[in-house]
Parts: sequence; structure tokens; C-alpha cells
Amino acid sequence: MPRKRRELYNKEICACSIFGAMNRDGERFTGAGVMSAIANMHVRGNGLGGGFAAYGIYPEYKDYYAFHLMFTGSNSDAKRSAKQDFDVFLCENFDVVYDEEIPHGDETAVSDPPLVWRYFVAPRKCGDEANLSDDDYVVMKVMHVNTKIENAYVFSSGKNMGCFKGVGYPEEIGEYFMLDRLYKAYTWTVHGRFPTNTQAWWGGAHPFSLLDTTVVHNGEISSYGTNRWYLEMYGYACTLQTDTEVIAYAADLLMRRQNLPIELVAKILAPPIWNSIDRMNEKERRLLTALRMVYAPLLMNGPFSIIIGQSGKMIGLTDRIRLRPLTAATRGSMFYLSSEEASIRLISPELDSVWTPNGGEPVVGKLNNMT
Amino acid sequence: MARAHFADPHTKKTAQGEQRVNTAEIDATNMETKELNGRLRDLMLSGVQKIALRNVCGQRYIGTRLYNPERRKVEIEIFGTPGNDLAAFLFGHKIVVHGNAQDGVGNTMDDGEVIIEGRAGDVLGFSMRGGKIFVRESVGYRCALHMKEYEDKRPVLVIGGTSQDFLGEYMAGGIVILLGLGGKSHEGNFIGNGMHGGVIYLRGRVEKEQVGSQVEISPLDGADREIVDHYVSEFIERFPELGLNKEEILRDEFLRLSPRSKRPYGKLYAY
Amino acid sequence: MKSFVFPEFHIIRDEAKCGQCRGCERQCAFGTHTYDPVQDRLISDDYKCAGCQRCVVFCPKDAIEVRPTQSPYRQNASWTREKMEDLKKQAETGGVILTGCGNDKPFRIYWDHIVLNASQVTNPSIDPLREPMELRTFLGAKPDFMEIKSEGDDVQIETKLSPNLTVETPILFSAMSYGAISYNAFRSLATAACKSGTFFNTGEGGLPKEMREQFGKCAIVQVASGRFGIDAEYLNCAAAVEIKVGQGAKPGIGGHLPGEKVSGEVAATRMIPTGTDAISPAPHHDIYSIEDLSMLIYALKEATNYEKPVSVKIAAVHNFAAIASGIVRAGADIIAIDGLRGGTGAAPKVIRDNVGIPIELAISSLDGRLRKEGIRNRCSIIAAGGIRCSADVIKAIALGADAVYIGSAALIAMGCNLCQKCYTGKCNWGICTQDPRLAGRLNVDIASLRLSNLICAWSHEISEMLGGMGINALESLRGNRDHLRGVGLYEWELEVLGIKGAGE
Repeated sequence: MPRKRRELYNKEICACSIFGAMNRDGERFTGAGVMSAIANMHVRGNGLGGGFAAYGIYPEYKDYYAFHLMFTGSNSDAKRSAKQDFDVFLCENFDVVYDEEIPHGDETAVSDPPLVWRYFVAPRKCGDEANLSDDDYVVMKVMHVNTKIENAYVFSSGKNMGCFKGVGYPEEIGEYFMLDRLYKAYTWTVHGRFPTNTQAWWGGAHPFSLLDTTVVHNGEISSYGTNRWYLEMYGYACTLQTDTEVIAYAADLLMRRQNLPIELVAKILAPPIWNSIDRMNEKERRLLTALRMVYAPLLMNGPFSIIIGQSGKMIGLTDRIRLRPLTAATRGSMFYLSSEEASIRLISPELDSVWTPNGGEPVVGKLNNMT
Repeated sequence: MARAHFADPHTKKTAQGEQRVNTAEIDATNMETKELNGRLRDLMLSGVQKIALRNVCGQRYIGTRLYNPERRKVEIEIFGTPGNDLAAFLFGHKIVVHGNAQDGVGNTMDDGEVIIEGRAGDVLGFSMRGGKIFVRESVGYRCALHMKEYEDKRPVLVIGGTSQDFLGEYMAGGIVILLGLGGKSHEGNFIGNGMHGGVIYLRGRVEKEQVGSQVEISPLDGADREIVDHYVSEFIERFPELGLNKEEILRDEFLRLSPRSKRPYGKLYAY
Repeated sequence: MKSFVFPEFHIIRDEAKCGQCRGCERQCAFGTHTYDPVQDRLISDDYKCAGCQRCVVFCPKDAIEVRPTQSPYRQNASWTREKMEDLKKQAETGGVILTGCGNDKPFRIYWDHIVLNASQVTNPSIDPLREPMELRTFLGAKPDFMEIKSEGDDVQIETKLSPNLTVETPILFSAMSYGAISYNAFRSLATAACKSGTFFNTGEGGLPKEMREQFGKCAIVQVASGRFGIDAEYLNCAAAVEIKVGQGAKPGIGGHLPGEKVSGEVAATRMIPTGTDAISPAPHHDIYSIEDLSMLIYALKEATNYEKPVSVKIAAVHNFAAIASGIVRAGADIIAIDGLRGGTGAAPKVIRDNVGIPIELAISSLDGRLRKEGIRNRCSIIAAGGIRCSADVIKAIALGADAVYIGSAALIAMGCNLCQKCYTGKCNWGICTQDPRLAGRLNVDIASLRLSNLICAWSHEISEMLGGMGINALESLRGNRDHLRGVGLYEWELEVLGIKGAGE
């Protein structure tokens, strides 16, 4: 009997560093600062993965979904062939307004880079699919590509934002994609990875994303199997051989599809313990009991700190007993999140406030002009 | 790249009379942890007694590599933000941080003194067995976790503000004092979970639900007051910039948290 | 007719120790021990001994030993002693072989081929003695979405939530009816359930009126094919209602409480005349299809004002997962599945030992089926039949169960030694009998304490294992098969269980 019929997924176990910087006035800045901040936490990673999410980088195409694609394969022919398969699918389902290879530096500076391409697209819905919202349509197609088209991975699919990631230290990946020179964003999040049990591959680096939601994650999700089956019931395919993607999908399910505010989503991902809930007033107790009852399979158990990026928002959250660190800070319109305070001080020596948020309590930065 | 400057030796008054104190300074800009701590060690071994570190930014284990059988002691002043595990396994030295500290300060510290002129992160004083730590502001999760005492060693941790959850978890010895200065209320939960030794003194109030089931909350007796009095004085001395009034602090209500039993889990097992 | 059957147990009495107190004689309802005044000594009849060990435990001088006898037959792998003797009994009586307790045949016990995970380095294991460790579980249907209306800080839940049972630990007492077990045993289960934050199940024998107010809130009341003792008050005093379709020990078979066990109190509780046979037909005669089941589910929901979850209990048989999926769609909030090794007070041995599938495989295939259909959240799964220890509980949950029912384990806690003579009504331990002299032996305070101790100990152990895996809420282990590995299993077994082999 063939072995692979059985579910043989792996999950990622990693320590990692995370960092986020947001200008709440919406002023855009290059990736130079976050690259040096994450480099300051070099020892938290092991060079097996680094990545960035940047918001506000494609103002000229802001109405189109920006797909970042990774085509893998043992040689350039294989990568090209994966791209051809994908292009056929893409043209059947989307109108492509512009596409190009994502500019990068010397390929020999990094290990085994895939072909990385970006497309700016608009959905072309036919038949029954016309009833889907654009976002639902895109999610469906992204899941299709990631499960059905071999060696092609959509790793970024939002509007006016993009992820950049790969195998290497984050500062090397930033340099490879020239993030300090080519892009300006109002929010940058970044991740340095220290995986211990998955093979290093470019798709396995953080951030993980769906539409404009991105997640960088420090931790290990002990509840992965439970989270995964629940998300699969809602049509999310977990394909990236790592546990972090479930957070991105959970955020999409709860925030976009179910329209829950981040404050409640945090109470689902990292709920207060029963002892605390039982002491609350009746109304709060009923709400939190209902959330835990209904969304029990989405509790992210195990140690984690994460930064969730969305258009106009940057959110920090740790597990409910804060087994992984997260420091938040502000300086004027700047809002920072980091695994360590020193990295924030490196790029902003003076700060208005610095604090370590309580476990399970989200810290949220929003664009000031957001409606 | 030589960043260690030997400053002019200057004199310091001691009880024994005048004594020469060698001082030095290191600029830690862009310096790796290992290099910084190597230089610190070299300076200590060369007889320097007072070292100022400038532009520290995330370097770890400062003070850790200063074990020496001769029991030389140095005093380190840190400008900037030291990295995790500051003063881990500290062997009797003194460290002053002019700013905030990160996670893991005083990890398994044996002796010495750490003064943080700001806040500190999680697991401060973890398994600390001796020495003193003074933090001007508040601290993060799991501080004084499994702090213990042995023979004449009794660690002391004095926190000006308050603490987040799990303060004194598994605590087996030592003294923790939370001053709640600036009207800081104690919101932390799971205080003293699994506590089976030592004592926590806390200025202000705490609800029964916030402390572990093995912990008894009681008022201070005379001996407790003496201890608190003593360490509040030491705290005030270390942070003169706060302009604190000892009588005012001591006038407020203090609570004592101590374990009900040395063997909280004696009844857990069948036979 | 002379019986050719050999005794199963041999009684050894240490005459030097025996004080002729005749305690053993009084203890044994089977009449094994008799006092001979002429010799002034006690004589034991091995043929009558059930092997329940009551006399051994209660002999004040420790003078008695009861040992299983060696097989008197020539060794034969095919014609085992049990096969030979069952056959002889049938030849002598022309009857069906009855038995009690669960299947004792050496079918593979998958629990013993599954190992658990633990954290090392990357994910701190959690110390359950000091850090919060949550076993609270909700049993019932959950909605796909929760609609929320929020204005500023004020958040209102718009979705109507289905009623759920809240258990503080995922262990419930399985259905055992008053009638099958004694009043004291029944009341001990109820007392322990209330004390431990869990539930007991009335079985199909009703709930005595005087217990309703105090114990109704921790009772799952059963509606079975005999419909004994069911009225609106019975349904409404309870926490949940369970429709019993089948039982692991005897799938497809009804029940029969003989008239001699139907005492005045049992009769009153079942609402039948004293001394009549209480017959539970094999099927519910108002359920011949899934639509009919749905009709009964909704009848019970109507009768309880939609305030209580409705459970449906079925035996795990070959195609049960598809049936269970239909049951969820028919409106059940909880599916209780009872596996091959589930216990009973009385069942034909041939059924008990040959029908049904092991619970481990059943949990996995049901959970998988419901997930695949996207309806796993619409019901909870309670697994029953062969749960022996806390490790079995936690493995059941990792395979996909929400909670477990324990029956035999609870009886053993009260004193049962699995002698399998429950159907005789002569239980010397006072558990499975209506004889007031025997039933009075079971002290409710002590038996309920033994039960609550068991729940407490298992809960601690579950917390330890969870903490070791770096998980602090049980819900994060549910269906999380990545924390399990198989040892010594065939490929198809790993496949059905949905787990990797050890080392993979």
C-alpha cells in the first residue's frame, strides 16, 4: 500500500526573531531600518529562513491583487516549466495587467533561489464563481495553485503589499531583493528563522500570507493538528509544510470571512484561562465562554509571539501565558514590535513608551487616516 | 577597532583609607556579544575595577564570563540596552544599567548586585541563589521563578513597580519585594504558584484569586517589617533620582505572601 | 443431568488461619462456602465459585485464596477450555451462553500500540502543578460561525448557540441503569459525577424521583427502546438526553431485565408493575430509518424546550461512520460510540465477543469522516468501550473524541473484579444486584469517594501528559493526531488511525 496516502505532514519548530515597524501617519520608508534591526537579533536565527512583509509598496497598482510566485525545481528549465503551467492557469482565471521577475541581486549570494515573479491581476470570474466576492475568488484560486500546480507557490496575494522571503538570514534576503533601495512601505514586518525540524526551502520562510494578511511567528504550535483539521473544514489547504500558515488562515477566516474584530480574534487564538473567565462579570463571561466553546479548535496552543500585518494595521500577540517574548514601543507616529527591545533602540534610541504586552492581549497599530 | 580605553586611574575613599581604582570604558557599537564579554574579562583580569560600557545594544550575557577563582570584583555600568541573560551566573560583581533590561536578568545568579534604572523583561532572577537585584520600574512574566536560598545565601529582589504574571512561581527561597510605586496596582496573576519557600512582600493589595493555592496571604509581623524597612532603605539609596520618602512608603499597607507548606504536592501521588 | 464442566476456580483455605467465623459463608451469594458443625470447619465448593474475590478480601484472617484452575484438558489452540466448556453447558441446557462485562478476547488493543509525544527544548513542557492546565470541555453542537454585533466596547452574540454540557474533565460515567446495578451503585455514580464536575448516565432504567432534584443536573438521561421510566419530568430534570440505539457489548441486541430483579423500587422508577420482565426490544420500534431518528431527536428537543443537548449512542460497527454522519445531520448534538470492548450487565457471549469494531479505530474513522464532510463542529463525540486508564483517555482525545464514557473502570473503582457474573444478580460486591442484603454492602459515601478519587487521579495524569506535550488546554489536543505514533501496527491500521509510525 502506498505510504503517502496517510497524512504525513511536518510542522515547524523554531525559535526565531520577529520585528515590525509601522508609521501610523502612513509615511513610507525603506526596509533599511528593519533590516538592521533584525540583523541585531542575528543570534536568534540560524540562517535557514528570513522574510519581510511590506505594506504600501505598490501604489501604482493598488487596485490589483499583487501575486508573488515562487517557481521551484532542480534547474532553470524545471522552474520555467512550472511557470508555464501557472501562467496558463492564471490567464484562464485572471486578467494580468503587468508582470515581471522580482528584481534581485546576485543569485550566488543565496542558496538555491527559486524563480520569483510578480503579477498584478484582476479576477475574471465565470459561471457560478461570479457570485463569489473577489477576495473569496482569489483565496480559492491561490489554494488551487498551492495544492494542484506542481512547483508553483503563491506566497503573497494582497493588494498594494508584498512578501519577500527565502533561505538565508533575513538581512541577506533583504539585500537579495534590495528592500533597502527599491521599496518604501508604511509597515514592515520581518522574521529571522531558526527551524529545527523542517528542511530549509524558500516557501517555508516567513511571512505566511493570504490576501493582505501576513504573519511572522516565533514559536511552535502544539495544537497544529487540531487547528489544521478545523481550517481544512473551511477550505484552507495547508501545503507549506509548516505550522505557521494556520495562523494566517485562522486570521483570514476570523477577520475577513467572519468579520470579527481583532480584540475578539485574540481571545480566540489566545483565550484567557477559565479561572479568569469564571471571575468576570456575567456578560463578559458569557461572551468569552461562547468564544472558547465555538472556536476551541482555533486556540493556538504552545509558545508563540506573532506579528500580524494587514492593510493599515499591525498587530502583536503572544500566547496566553507568554512563553515567547514581545516588546512594543512607540515614538511619535512610529509603532514598533520586536522580540527584543535592543533592536528597537538601535533604530530609535529615544522612545515615548516601551512595554511588554500581557499574554493573549493584542497590541494594535492602525493608520491614523484609516476609515 | 580598539574600543577599550583605559581612563586615568582615580582614587576612591574607602574605610581603609585611600585606594586606587582603575577604570575603563568600552564602546560596544556593532560589537558582538562574544567580543564584548571577552574584553570585559580581559579588563577584569588586568586589574580594572570599574568599567563603563557605552552604546550597548542587545549583547547578551554581560557579566557572565567574569568568574575568577581569586574572587576579584568589578563594577560595570551599562549605557544602552543590554541583551538577554544579563548577569547570568553572576559571581559577586556589581552591574548598573542606565536604562531598561531585557529577559533573563540574573539567571541563576550566585552573588553580587544588579541595579536596573528602568524596567526589566521576563524571567528576571530565575533560580537566583544569592545577591540582590533592584529594578526601578516594573518587570515582566515569571520573575523570581524558582528563586532559592541555601545556608547563608538568601537572594533579594526589590521591584519599584509591579510584575506581570507568575511572579515567584515554584519559589523555594529568598525575598521579593514589590513596592507598587506611583500608584501601580498589582494586576499579575498566578503569583507564587507552586511556592514552597521564601517570601514575597507586596505594598498594596492583591486578590486571593491572583495568588497560587499554596500561598498564604498575611499581614507583616515585626521581623517582616524589619526586613522590608531595610531593603526599602537600600532601594531608596540606589535610586536617589526618585526622591522617595521612606516613611511615606512604609506607612502603606504591605502584605506577606508565603507558602503554606514546604511540600505542596505531598498528597498528589497514590503510593 | 450430570454436568461435565470443570470448576474455573479453586479455593484454598488455610485451616491454621481460619477462625471459623463464617464470614465467607455470609459474603458469598453463590453459596460457595458452608459451615459443617460436625467438623467445626468451613467447606468450599469450587463449582459454585465465580472468582469475584469477595471472600478473600473480607476474610478477617486472610485465610482464603481463590485461584483460577489450570485447564484440565489437553492443550489445543483451537478447542480452548472456554470453547469446550461453553459447548458442554449448551449441550446440558440447550441455552444461549450469557455473560457480563466486556469482550475479554485478545483482539488487538490499539491503546497499547500508540505512544504519546512530549516536548523537548523547542516548546517548553508545561508544569501542570503550577501553570494553568485546562480540561474543561463542552459537549454539544457548535455553530460554523459566531455572529457578533459590536457597538464600541459593547459586544453582543447574535448567533443562537446550541445547549452544551460543560464537563470539567473529559470523563463521564457510562450508562448503567438502576435495575442492572443496585441503587447504591447508581447513587454512588451520581454523587461522584456531581462532585467531580462531570455526568453520569441513567441508562434505560429511569431516574428515581427522589434523586432528580439533587442529581438531575449531572444526569444524562437515556431514552432506549424499552422507554422505561420516561416522562416529561425525567427529561427536563436532566442535563442532557441520550437516545440509546446500540451498545458495544451487544450491537443489534435488545435487553431483558428479568422479573425477579424488578423490585418495588426498580418497578416504580421504570414505571412498570413489580416483578414483570422489563424487555428492551432490539430496535426502537419508532425508528426504522434515519428520518425516524430525526423525528425522535426533535421530539425530545421539543419536550425539553431546546434547552438540552441530545445525544445518540450507537455501537461501533462496520459502516457506522456513515450512519453517524447521518445522525449528526438528523440533529444529534452528541454522538456516543461504544466499541467492541464495551461492557454490559448481560449479553449473549457470542454477540459480546464477535460483533463490532475496536473503539480506537472507530474514533478515528468517525472523526475523519465528520471532518471530511465539514460537520465535525456540529457534534461532539463521546467514546466508550475499553477505556482503562488516563492514557487511554488522552489517546482517545488525540484521535478525535471530545470525551469518554467509562463503565467497567467505574465499577472496578467501586469493587468489581470483572467476574462476569453480573447477569446472575448475585453480585457479592453489591454493585450488580437488587438483593437488598447484597446491595447494602456498597456504602455510597465510600464508593462515591473511590469514584471521585479515580476521576481526580486520572485528571491529574491527563494534565501531566498534556503539559509534557506543551499543551495547556485539552481542546488543543482534540483530533491532533500528530501527537500520536504507532508501534507494531500494520500499514492499514496506521492509515485508519491516521497516525504516523514511531520514528516517522
